[in-house]
Amino acid sequence: MTQSSVDVPAKGGFSFDLCKRNNMLIEKGLKAPSFLKTGTTIVGLIFKDGVILGADTRATEGPIVADKNCEKIHYMAPNIYCCGAGTAADTEAVTDMVSSQLRLHRYQTGRDSRVITALTLLKKHLFSYQGHVSAALVLGGVDITGPHLHTIYPHGSTDTLPFATMGSGSLAAMSVFEAKYKEGLTRDEGIKLVAEAICSGIFNDLGSGSNVDICVITKGNKEYLRNYMEPNPRTYVSSKGYSFTKKTEILRTKITPLMERVEITEVGEAMEE
Amino acid sequence: MQIFEYNGSAVVAMVGKNCFAIASDRRLGVQLQTIATDFQRISKIHDRVFIGLSGLATDVQTLYQRLVFRHKLYQLREERDMKPETFASLVSAILYEKRFGPYLCQPVIAGLGEDDKPFICTMDSIGAKELAKDFVVSGTASESLYGACEAMYKPDMEAEELFETISQALLSSVDRDCLSGWGGHVYVVTPTEIKERILKGRMD
Repeated sequence: MTQSSVDVPAKGGFSFDLCKRNNMLIEKGLKAPSFLKTGTTIVGLIFKDGVILGADTRATEGPIVADKNCEKIHYMAPNIYCCGAGTAADTEAVTDMVSSQLRLHRYQTGRDSRVITALTLLKKHLFSYQGHVSAALVLGGVDITGPHLHTIYPHGSTDTLPFATMGSGSLAAMSVFEAKYKEGLTRDEGIKLVAEAICSGIFNDLGSGSNVDICVITKGNKEYLRNYMEPNPRTYVSSKGYSFTKKTEILRTKITPLMERVEITEVGEAMEE
Repeated sequence: MQIFEYNGSAVVAMVGKNCFAIASDRRLGVQLQTIATDFQRISKIHDRVFIGLSGLATDVQTLYQRLVFRHKLYQLREERDMKPETFASLVSAILYEKRFGPYLCQPVIAGLGEDDKPFICTMDSIGAKELAKDFVVSGTASESLYGACEAMYKPDMEAEELFETISQALLSSVDRDCLSGWGGHVYVVTPTEIKERILKGRMD
């Protein structure tokens, strides 16, 4: 029998089938493609009652803005959220994967997830790929032991901090935090400080831009404030819109009518015995 | 030379009012030589989901065949068609599986979801999903397409106006790109019909 099982859905993990072919193409002079990166400013801080995470919303592909309003704060567990910077596919895949593992763990143990569980799962995965999975994360949450905030670097090292910034705009945001952070901030003060730090990244770093997303996690409660601030609205929009004087020329048209979708409901008695 | 510039391509999708449009150019080239002017870049997965693939043509065809295979398996198991959001997740997973030796193409997925709500998204070559509410672009002409769509797009357009807008955006962008062009191929899908149109463009 020939190797017909090659296309059956794989059991998981990475597949390296095309590496040889891609290397051959690169040797012939073709340059490898660039991936979608989230240039980014991501921040987190611990306040009186919990953790506040913040992120900008720009995704870049080289120098071009590919997505003006992407989501960088990923769900991990009802009480744990994670901001991601670096290669967009890597941050999404890694946070999705650990989120599923956490849910299975919750079913097994019957308890709420702890932030250090998520931390250990993430750092194990990233270290085993030696930094090739390029995801830099700010992980924050509130569990039974209290509020926690951690940063995770692509090679797998972690830090536990009261306030943290990552991404290309991290220096701009950290300067705001170092100047204005103090322990025991209230919710409103914390949100204001996070928004200010992200705005600093948005306006000073070219890899970050658009809007500010904020997530506030407290004991037993979370608030995801998507597009909390929109400091860059599109102002010069023509109300007339575009009108085309010269219509496009059509060579051929083919119309396929779609059938009405009919719902079939089973009516009848169930079989006995 | 860039791997994506080997064959040349341009794909764009736009959202309208209860409808969507997806368009591509028709050139297939080997670097600067044109070898076909009727290359199919947009394929139908089922009546309400279309996928346009830009990038290396061999990976475009291989990936399309793998996706059709997975969708047929899904139809056999679930006895229904895939929703566009589910399909986008499937494509993302298939691309990310090859993270360290990727398929060299960028898909644009467009479909009508529940309640005939249009859905579009694009991905980079390793499956990073980018959902948009207005338009998505991909291919060698992507920078011009970003500009043209940003200027010409209006929300809530009806099918005919959407067709005109996407065709004008596509043709004006590929005119500024040597590697794509030779006409256009536009699909406009509403809940009741699929209109496929071939456009006349500059053949240079």
